[in-house]
Amino acid sequence: MAKKMKTEAKVLRQELLADGIYDMWLEVPFAADVKPGQFVGVYPVNKSTLLPRPISICEVDTEKSAIRLVYRVVGSGTAEFAGYAQDDVVMVLGPLGNGFPLEAAEGKKVVVMGGGIGVPPLLETVKRVSAAKVSAVMGYRDNGTFLSDEFSKYSEMHIATEDGSVGTKGNVIDAMKADNIECDVIFACGPMPMLRAIKAYASKVGAKAYLSLEERMACGVGACLGCICKTKEVDEHSHVNNARICTDGPVFDADDLEM
Amino acid sequence: MNTTVEIAGVKFKNPVMTASGTFGSGMEYSDFVDLNKLGAVVTKGVANVPWPGNPVPRVAEVYGGMLNAIGLQNPGIDVFVERDLEFLKKYDTKVIVNVCGKSVEDYLEVVERLGDEKRVDMLEINVSCPNVKEGAIAFGQNKDALFDITEKIKKVAKQPIIMKLSPNVTSIAEMAKAAEAAGADAISLINTITGMKIDIYKRKFALANKTGGMSGPAIKPVAVRMVYEASHAVNIPVIGMGGIANAEDAIEFIMAGATAVAVGAMNFHDPYTTEKVVDGIEEYMKKYNVEDINDIRKIV
Repeated sequence: MAKKMKTEAKVLRQELLADGIYDMWLEVPFAADVKPGQFVGVYPVNKSTLLPRPISICEVDTEKSAIRLVYRVVGSGTAEFAGYAQDDVVMVLGPLGNGFPLEAAEGKKVVVMGGGIGVPPLLETVKRVSAAKVSAVMGYRDNGTFLSDEFSKYSEMHIATEDGSVGTKGNVIDAMKADNIECDVIFACGPMPMLRAIKAYASKVGAKAYLSLEERMACGVGACLGCICKTKEVDEHSHVNNARICTDGPVFDADDLEM
Repeated sequence: MNTTVEIAGVKFKNPVMTASGTFGSGMEYSDFVDLNKLGAVVTKGVANVPWPGNPVPRVAEVYGGMLNAIGLQNPGIDVFVERDLEFLKKYDTKVIVNVCGKSVEDYLEVVERLGDEKRVDMLEINVSCPNVKEGAIAFGQNKDALFDITEKIKKVAKQPIIMKLSPNVTSIAEMAKAAEAAGADAISLINTITGMKIDIYKRKFALANKTGGMSGPAIKPVAVRMVYEASHAVNIPVIGMGGIANAEDAIEFIMAGATAVAVGAMNFHDPYTTEKVVDGIEEYMKKYNVEDINDIRKIV
């Protein structure tokens, strides 16, 4: 695993992608080491803040040594990030976490499933995965279906929207059923109710599911034990039924999780 | 130039330590920091058996700091000795093991178990964690209870003991005196200040535990005041902590009366903080002609 670092990152460009969703490219020295599904901690400049904001890596440009972050403004930290412009410099901690196990997908029928702001980390995943077939099933609130055009380039694209404005009305599981999508392996990221439903669905259809979790974090490097999730078996590091999302995850085999 | 400090016969190459619970056992931060440069690594609290800790969310940011309610999750003493202590054997730094428990017997079991571990230089007794229902702070908010547990631990401990005190008390001087009277070799303070945060949009507590311990730069003035009061109330050494972000902060604690200092929550802000504080203290000493770090202790 690549060595983690806290480093300066130059903003290469930033634009508004959908309502409250921003798209920012950062030049970082560790871009070439990034694995799909990993994340970075971005530090607000505001001196009243202490902690890095965990944001998943959407895409990597190795030539420009850059990473792409697609994030939603949810608080004062991300609101600050939304104001960054080209050539601004921001402090970043990374690369963090394990990433999706791409080897589990080789030669299989793979479905990547994203919900809302869980969609972005799956883009680099579909770009790199080598599988017999790659489908993407993405769930959105409404017709702000950010990144869906880009997924179409690398995978067979299916959309679910809560208001029914695009694709299947409902959630990603509804779209799986409506569009009759087969899968051996699922890579997913999204809100907890969606991930729970995917775990249940995978177990019903006999597929393997790998889920990327989210939690409030402090250190981001596995020391503070702030961001744990419950595991079925006693975890090797903690020796209790807790795994660290920032370090042992964020991606877990659904079978290992107590959700 | 002398940066070494001595506490209960243990010599530290410099006064900079890690605050328990913010640095694991050093493994996670060894990607960022050369542990050999630190005065000591103070490990995350360890109990006689594994503890699962509290439900999530366990952390929340607040203005100038953070709240945590981890609940002393730890793998238990057996794994700690086999894995964490073994890891620390590779480094030339002092090791202080933070010990927690639900009952006096729990503490004694861990203290006795560590007695023959040569890698352990000192023990820090956690009687101040505000986030667990039993033990910890229950021993640290009443001076008779503090005296009692300190005395019992001192009887069985083979390494010198540091009692880690809570700021959530009426008189820190009284607590410091009780620890000293019971035989503590040193005291460390402050642990976190009990706090609360409410998410007004979700209409919920930010932490599953409702309350948490506050740390970070916002608590520093409280910590400096308490280190000053405690170090003027007792003759045993004081290890000062609470919001230390840089060498200036560390020197402020030393001038208030601390023999050594520890970096806590700021490790989360900048994983290189401990090393920067070590370097910054040396730069300060050079610039202001301080021959010996011990010369500026209690100078105010």
